[in-house]
Amino acid sequence: MIEVEDLNVIFGHGGGAIHAVRDVTFRVGAGESFGLVGESGSGKSTVLRAISGLNPDWTGIISVDGEAQRQRRDKAFHKRCQMVFQDPYGSLHPRHTVDRILEEPVAIHGMGDADKRIDRVLREVGLGPQFRFRFPHQLSGGQRQRVAIARALILEPRVLLLDEPTSALDVSVQAEILNLLKRLRSELALTYILVSHNLSVVAFMCDRLAVMNRGRVVEEMDAVTLRRGEASQDYTRQLLRASLGYDRAAADSFRDFA
Amino acid sequence: MREWLLTDTPGSRTQARLGRLYGGWLAFARNRLAMVGLGIIVLLILMALLAPLIATHSPYDQDLANRLQPPSGAHWFGTDQFGRDIYSRIVHGSRLTLYIVLLVAVTAPVVGLLIGTVSGYLGGWTDIVLMRITDIFLAFPKLILALAFVAALGPGIGNAIIAIAITSWPPYARIARAETMTIRNSDFISAVRLQGASPVRIILGHVIPLCTSSLIVRVTLDMAGIILTAAGLGFLGLGAQPPLPEWGAMISTGRQYLLEQWWVATLPGLAIFVVSLGFNLLGDGLRDVLDPKNG
Repeated sequence: MIEVEDLNVIFGHGGGAIHAVRDVTFRVGAGESFGLVGESGSGKSTVLRAISGLNPDWTGIISVDGEAQRQRRDKAFHKRCQMVFQDPYGSLHPRHTVDRILEEPVAIHGMGDADKRIDRVLREVGLGPQFRFRFPHQLSGGQRQRVAIARALILEPRVLLLDEPTSALDVSVQAEILNLLKRLRSELALTYILVSHNLSVVAFMCDRLAVMNRGRVVEEMDAVTLRRGEASQDYTRQLLRASLGYDRAAADSFRDFA
Repeated sequence: MREWLLTDTPGSRTQARLGRLYGGWLAFARNRLAMVGLGIIVLLILMALLAPLIATHSPYDQDLANRLQPPSGAHWFGTDQFGRDIYSRIVHGSRLTLYIVLLVAVTAPVVGLLIGTVSGYLGGWTDIVLMRITDIFLAFPKLILALAFVAALGPGIGNAIIAIAITSWPPYARIARAETMTIRNSDFISAVRLQGASPVRIILGHVIPLCTSSLIVRVTLDMAGIILTAAGLGFLGLGAQPPLPEWGAMISTGRQYLLEQWWVATLPGLAIFVVSLGFNLLGDGLRDVLDPKNG
């Protein structure tokens, strides 16, 4: 479904250039859920933004659904591949009602039947019709994230790119959203790429994952191996230890993997 | 009705929109001074609409036997050097003032908004070219530039309005651009880009609605300045031409009699003062309601 080969992302020019992603290569099969894990600044979100088409400063090969993508994407691509952002407080237009937010993509793609589609997608994400004409400031964080998911789903995409979809939410709401995403994937046969720094989220949501550090993929493994804690690379083992919670001895033993 | 407007679960687009407006109105109505400003503007509009009914005399009829009469029962604000009733002239002059204000308000901010948002959203060369043009306009003092335009176009109220509009759009472009730059990298703009929206759609539907509120505030606060510039042009003989009862022009002619017949220049001056104050108070109130930083 998604193939990424030798992806490099460089921001800026000359001496101040930042090489954010180095030679990243991975494949995601149709219907698979793939995780990208790493600490802040490891380049995982940058990879996602390059795939989504938000960031044009990349070189290498990105192909989605068998089609090699160029830096600029066409409408058909956007219909197939949608993204959910990390911060539900920043990803909804503050002056648009839920109705307007969901109607926009339908209008852009000339899909017609907006009323029915909005109604259905709101039900799919577990929001009733009573939310339809509210403004974002009248919604809670979890409800906002549901609207953001609905906005992505209304185009009936095949791929959903999830950029830390739960890290801005509190814990109980996190679980709701993760369950919702899991249910939607099986119901709608979606392909996911999930970016997260939270290993347990990835272990719960994904079949396979890649661990990134300083712009490189350090290790690829499946979720079963992750749950057993059998990482082959030192960096991944350190990340696993860090995810268990704070421990002074562990923190002292951490080193930098360049 | 109140509950229907303020409900958390509106049932239709219209209800959601009206509810939002009503919420804004409630916040605005809490501000007493802003209500005073609104009252002044409403009075000005009523005065302009009903000018022939309110005025006691014709603004143009001369009566040389009664020239420069002090305020009295027959002439509430006295008469000017041609014996015309100053009260009636001020009442009719409100039409000119409103005409200037309205025309400038529908041209300059719109141009500024378009240039600013396009420049801020697209960036790159578009931004550089548009902003340098804006800089050129900003480099001249407003009144001097307006004077130059009027001198080139010829005196008259229409040309004065064009000159004021041409000189007052750059600050709006600047505000709109700054506002756009803070918005354009936000997630909700990325999201709509990912839906395949064209730049035109994004600018018109997503960027402009967020810039308008701060612009409306700025325009209302600038209205006083616009009235003063128009009056200034009138005073210098480059705006409205005699015998039009434009307030600035009235002050200009009254200036010669300022010491002996103070009312000729003072009363139109007071009118300008009150209207400018009204717009300023209104702008202050609107800022409290519309400022996106509080919303």
